[in-house]
Amino acid sequence: MIFEVFRQERKGQPFQHAGSVVAPDAAFADAWAREQYGRRGESEALWLVPRESIHQVTEWADEFDLKYRRVDGYSIKERLRVARELAARPR
Amino acid sequence: MRESLLLDLADDELVLGWRDSEWTGIAPTLEEDVAFSSIAQNEIGHARALYELAARELGTDADALAFDRAPDEYRCAPLVELHLLDWARTIARRYLYEEADRVRISALAASGDTELAGLAAKIDREETYHRLHAELWAGRLRGEPRFRAAVAELWPYALGVLEPELRPELAARVGLEPAPAVERGAHTPALAELWETMTEVRRSAPGAQW
Repeated sequence: MIFEVFRQERKGQPFQHAGSVVAPDAAFADAWAREQYGRRGESEALWLVPRESIHQVTEWADEFDLKYRRVDGYSIKERLRVARELAARPR
Repeated sequence: MRESLLLDLADDELVLGWRDSEWTGIAPTLEEDVAFSSIAQNEIGHARALYELAARELGTDADALAFDRAPDEYRCAPLVELHLLDWARTIARRYLYEEADRVRISALAASGDTELAGLAAKIDREETYHRLHAELWAGRLRGEPRFRAAVAELWPYALGVLEPELRPELAARVGLEPAPAVERGAHTPALAELWETMTEVRRSAPGAQW
C-alpha cells in the first residue's frame, strides 16, 4: 500500500504533503513514517492517508468564458494605498 | 559497580547500533532502510549518554570509552557482536534485544540511583518506538521457519544480556523456556573484527580533535 504523508510542522499549522511511504499496513506505515518524517523533531504530527482513499478531481469544464468570476482584473493596489494612508493619518 | 553497569549498557548499545547500521543501504525496502538506520543511530545516541555518565566517574571522556579501549575491555554481551547479515536473524536479534532491554531499563528506572533512573526513563521513551518496530516485524515473521530458527538460535545469547535475576521476566515476556545463557565477559571472534573497523579512523590519528 502507498500512504501519502502529510506533515504538520508546528501546532496550529496546516498539514502539508511531505511525500509517501510504501508499507504493508498502517502499523508499518506508522513505524516507518515516524523515522522518515519525524526523527529530527521536524514534525508536530503526521497524517498517513492510504492513496486509494484519496478522491482525485482533475476534469474541469470551461466551455464558457467565465473569467468574470475571477478577481485577476481588479487591481486593489491603489485602494490599498489609500487605505494605508488613511490609517496612518493622525486623528 | 555503577560504572561497570553503565559500560555493560553503553557497550551493548554502541555495538548493536554499529551492527544494525551495517544495513544502511541494503535493507529489504527503502522505508525500512531509513527506519533501521535511524534506530541504529538512536542506539548510538543512548550509548553516548551512558558513556558520558561513566566517563565522569572514570575521569575520561565518552569517545575514549567508545573507541580507545582494547577489544577485550569491552563489556558488551555476545548477542550484539554477532555479524548477522540475514534479515530473519537481524530481526530476531532486534526483537530479543528490545525485550531484554525493556526488562533491564525498567529495573534501572525503578532503582534508587536517581541520575541513572532519569536517564533510563529518557532512553525508554525512545525505545518504545524501537519496540514498536521490532514487534511489528516479529509479528510479521512469526510463522516463518527461518525466523523461528533464528529466535531459537539467539535465545541463549539474549539471556546473556541480563543479570541472572532478570532472566525469568524475559523468558515470561517472550514465552520461551529458560536456558543456559551465553554470558557476558567472553567475546565472540566477531567483536575483534568489528573493533578493527569501528576504531580505524580514530586510531589513524591518535589524539586528534574531531
